[in-house]
Amino acid sequence: MNLAVKDIQHNLGRFALTVLGIGMLLMIVMGMGGIYRGLVEDATLLLERIGGDLWVVQRDTRGPFAEISRVPRTLAHRLLAVPGVQSAREFVFHTIQRQHEGRPLRMSVLGLSWPQDKGQWLPLVAGRPLAQNHFELIADKTLGLRLHERIQLGKETYTVVGVTSGMASTAGDGMIFVTVWDAQVIQFDAPGEAIRLERAAREHRSRTEDIFLHQPLLAEQLARPTADLPAAASPELSAVVVRIAPGANQEKVASTIASWSDVSVFTKAGQGELLLKGMVDKSRRQLGMFRTLLTIIAAVVMSLILYTLTLDKLHSIALLKLIGAPNRTILGMILQQAIVLGAVGYGIAYLVGQKVFPHFPRRVVLTNEDLLRLAIIVLGISVISSVLGIWKAMRAAPNDALMG
Amino acid sequence: MNDDVLAIETRGISKTYGAGHTEVVALCDASVAIPRGRTVALLGPSGAGKSTFLMAVGLINPPTTGQIAIGGVPVLDGPVALVNLRRFRRKHIGYVFQKSNLIPFLSARENVQVALELNGAPARQARRRAMELLDELGVAPRAENTPAMLSGGEQQRVAIARALANRPSVILADEPTAALDSHRGRQVMELFRDVAHRHGAAAIVVTHDHRTLEVFDAIYQMEDGTITGGLALPTDAYSSP
Repeated sequence: MNLAVKDIQHNLGRFALTVLGIGMLLMIVMGMGGIYRGLVEDATLLLERIGGDLWVVQRDTRGPFAEISRVPRTLAHRLLAVPGVQSAREFVFHTIQRQHEGRPLRMSVLGLSWPQDKGQWLPLVAGRPLAQNHFELIADKTLGLRLHERIQLGKETYTVVGVTSGMASTAGDGMIFVTVWDAQVIQFDAPGEAIRLERAAREHRSRTEDIFLHQPLLAEQLARPTADLPAAASPELSAVVVRIAPGANQEKVASTIASWSDVSVFTKAGQGELLLKGMVDKSRRQLGMFRTLLTIIAAVVMSLILYTLTLDKLHSIALLKLIGAPNRTILGMILQQAIVLGAVGYGIAYLVGQKVFPHFPRRVVLTNEDLLRLAIIVLGISVISSVLGIWKAMRAAPNDALMG
Repeated sequence: MNDDVLAIETRGISKTYGAGHTEVVALCDASVAIPRGRTVALLGPSGAGKSTFLMAVGLINPPTTGQIAIGGVPVLDGPVALVNLRRFRRKHIGYVFQKSNLIPFLSARENVQVALELNGAPARQARRRAMELLDELGVAPRAENTPAMLSGGEQQRVAIARALANRPSVILADEPTAALDSHRGRQVMELFRDVAHRHGAAAIVVTHDHRTLEVFDAIYQMEDGTITGGLALPTDAYSSP
């Protein structure tokens, strides 16, 4: 006869509520681990998917994912001239927030180096890659944009031609993919009033500064659109992604590029490490500490529950001792209940988590390794948390059964 | 255990609680020798030490001094255990107390069955024997009910069934019929006597119910922690109180 099961059956309602509570607590612990994994995956996903060997960024910056990096458009052409470079793709990356259908829509914009890169490498769940170099975009499904939906960004209207899955920035924002040109247009879009004010300022300078009074042709130039001004810099890139030719020495290529005084070079692994050790690391440690605290709280809660369950059975335990039950029978009863509590709680955490986690704003990735590790931790907690109850049970004397 | 040895033998057992000016002597130099197959009543006013004596003999609360032997086996020398007391209790002693003391999360059958299984009986056999005992005590129809669903009398009969489950050589009962009507009370006392006779066990029954005294083979009387009456036939007990 299994006394642990009999006791659970007798107090099924209370046990079910208790185990549900434990399950919810474990689900949060599980979710924390999943959020951490999601964070790491989100951070490295883009690097993995883009597949470049070297990232060339603004000198002394750590690349477009860590901070603002600006490099000239001509950099891509310079890089193509370096021996061993197979391709150099322009990379523009920035985050915007716009109103769409009455709600704020925050998204990370990634520019694809048209025409080499049309987004064929993206994990499309619907639609197609870009087919023209303007006014088309591919959006991640977390943004809630539908296929063929039209969205106004700046002064232009873009059509959603493809939908991806799992493409989010390190901040967890869903991504949209447009051509580099469009990405820059979106990034540097200025309202009409700002353009008019800027033009008025230029006209004012042309009237007040001596140089324009002496050279009227220069003043005429100032009246042209900003994009046509030879003195105004063209929009810049965030980085250039370099692919090394087969057989070429990556270190040698990197060393050549690094010798230029206006750029810094990172390998893909280096860029990934910067991501993980930089912005992701703090979140990771934060989540890790929170998860540790939650695990301790779960252990304390389970200890108290098992202690209370044991207190409720103290008379029965004394009675069992009175009729000669060995300690191992009593110990086994408490331990089995602790393990059932932990195991069923873990099962609930997993099942409820499967339903709940997909609705989290950030991706929650449950790996088998993490699930196994948590299962072992829960087993450990179950055993450890039963110690208090076992200690109390062992102190119960047979004659306690005859009291009260 | 051999048939020619005493089922219960106590020599000068005393139980003292506290020390100095708070010292209370609950049991004083109590000696009894009860042969196998005998059912003995223990009479006495409240606070006389009957329950203390029963708990000492039942190896639940060892005496401060004195020796106790069960079935010829020395088990206690003062507070010092000479055997594994829990195992000895499980195998040789059956208890019935004033309160039924059943395990609340087990059914009536399981309360009996658990005692058998703890003593090593296979589950199927234990279940059958449990049902037999419950049937014998008239509570078989309530076998699958938990104690909370049973009346006080039914609970007490289940407790008696549990006490008898392992065919103990010693049955200790502390006012077992307090919750029963006189008819059931008498039945229970007769059951103790029959079990004792049939299985060569000895039963000590603390009781205040004088209507059932003729069932017993002998009567002990206790007062102020001392056994004063000695072994006597029931008729003697009535004639010289």
